[in-house]
Amino acid sequence: MGLQAYLIVSAMLFGIGMFGFLARRNAILMLISIELMLNAVNLSLVAFNAYDYYSPNDTGAIFALLVMAVAAAEATVGLALVIAIIRTRQTPEVDEYSDLKE
Amino acid sequence: MVTLRNIIHSAVAMMVCFGSLAGMYALLGAPIVAAAQVLIYLGAISVLILFAIMLTQAGDANLPSPFHRQVWAAALVALVVVGLIGWAVTATDWGNATVVVGIALDAMAEALFTDYALPFEILSLLLLAAIIGAIYLARRPEDDERAN
Repeated sequence: MGLQAYLIVSAMLFGIGMFGFLARRNAILMLISIELMLNAVNLSLVAFNAYDYYSPNDTGAIFALLVMAVAAAEATVGLALVIAIIRTRQTPEVDEYSDLKE
Repeated sequence: MVTLRNIIHSAVAMMVCFGSLAGMYALLGAPIVAAAQVLIYLGAISVLILFAIMLTQAGDANLPSPFHRQVWAAALVALVVVGLIGWAVTATDWGNATVVVGIALDAMAEALFTDYALPFEILSLLLLAAIIGAIYLARRPEDDERAN
């Protein structure tokens, strides 16, 4: 039961992050939502590792650490992009970024 | 936390969420992952996001709604995904996966630097590229002109 509980928490966290990414208009909050989704995946990796279901030698924890580093890189570049866009467009709302559509 | 109108509140709620995830990692017998979570997410990424919010939120608190028009479609998609994952989790027979196995730190370190040495090195390259890219992107255009 314990593994299922962790996986369900992970699924709910992923769903919350997905809803935030799809529904919010603020670019920074979309990045926060991406971080939530990455954390959800990390939680399921560590849970699988801890319950020793698939991983004989701590593969899940190692991959969780690698995912964390990738998430840090993604957050850095993403926030730099968002700040650059906000500097030119003067708004963080993503539905104002419609130059290519018009 | 993704429904809060004030984005600073969202960021603080995100920090609470990261902290509780660190607690879950410690409960799962992975204290090294919990420590990395506290250092990377609570320490670095939260501060980065808070700084970005402070740099960018000038005066746009008078929005009609923080959501897109497609908020109901987004909620539906998220609910369907959660439902599918939850169904897959509950319908699967996990066998005897009931014992929490703690991480042996020395074995994990050895695996990280032998079996997973290549991903580790690629990751360091990725971080270097991310640093250079972030500096290039966040630089103001007039810095170029001043340098020339």
